[in-house]
Amino acid sequence: MTDYTATVTVRLKAGVLDPEAETTQRALERLGFDLSDLRSADQFEMDLTADDEAAARDRVTEMTERLLANPTLHDYEVSIEAQ
Amino acid sequence: MTVAVIQFGGSNCDRDTVQALESLGVDAELVWHEDGLPEATDGIVLPGGFSYGDYLRAGAMAARSPILDDVRERASEGTPVLGVCNGAQIGCEASLTPGAFTMNRSARFQCEHVHLRVENADTPWTEQYDRGDVLEFPIAHGEGRFEIADDQLDRLETEDRVLFRYCTPEGEVTDDANPNGSKGNVAGITGEGDHVAVMMPHPERCSLPDLGGTDGRGVLDTFADV
Repeated sequence: MTDYTATVTVRLKAGVLDPEAETTQRALERLGFDLSDLRSADQFEMDLTADDEAAARDRVTEMTERLLANPTLHDYEVSIEAQ
Repeated sequence: MTVAVIQFGGSNCDRDTVQALESLGVDAELVWHEDGLPEATDGIVLPGGFSYGDYLRAGAMAARSPILDDVRERASEGTPVLGVCNGAQIGCEASLTPGAFTMNRSARFQCEHVHLRVENADTPWTEQYDRGDVLEFPIAHGEGRFEIADDQLDRLETEDRVLFRYCTPEGEVTDDANPNGSKGNVAGITGEGDHVAVMMPHPERCSLPDLGGTDGRGVLDTFADV
């Protein structure tokens, strides 16, 4: 068994409105910064022990699909690192 | 007819819902989610509020609590289920209905009266109205924007599963009349069977004459018929 740290990034699908990001972008522009777009995402880190990286990835992917991401709204990425 | 109004930590429309149902002569009781559904449950309401503090996404935690397995089972057996506001968010998160309710276009919590056009009067929830009727309902939500993939919205519309759309007082479905940016101005839909419905506006807050309006009685009266 190996200890891993998984990082899951959950972001809105392209085309889904992100009012919080739009508000944040406007605030940055009011501060005088120049930017053409801003996107927000949630990131989760979890520590887990698994037989190998594939098993860790499978477990984290299932957790993401069952709770962390909503398939109607989100795309997600999973990355796994051995500790 | 006993309607179970399910309480989660953070529900805050549960008592209002019981009171509104009782005013219609419907026997209703509060059911704490950890206690499970009583055997004699003939209808289920997922009420509004902020279950689990809206952590992660509104409704996400409550939708994965064990009582939702019971709710899904009863729904599959034909028991009427209504999700209102946070209950609607829970219903979508629990896949009782398609789509999702997410942050308002304004990025603000909105508490106001809106107008709804009845899109399908041939469901248990709307049979007391006529298609095209304009109703006045309160909304109170920060995450009420209905999102769904275009092809799924097409399917909902083809199958006549949109109950209500946000509209002007004259019944026109316009972007200005859309309080939260919901796709297609959708305010409420049914599940695979029309005995399951979710909606963001609050029928229980416009069912008692003393509260200023009774347009919501038709929705809740569904439970009097079963």
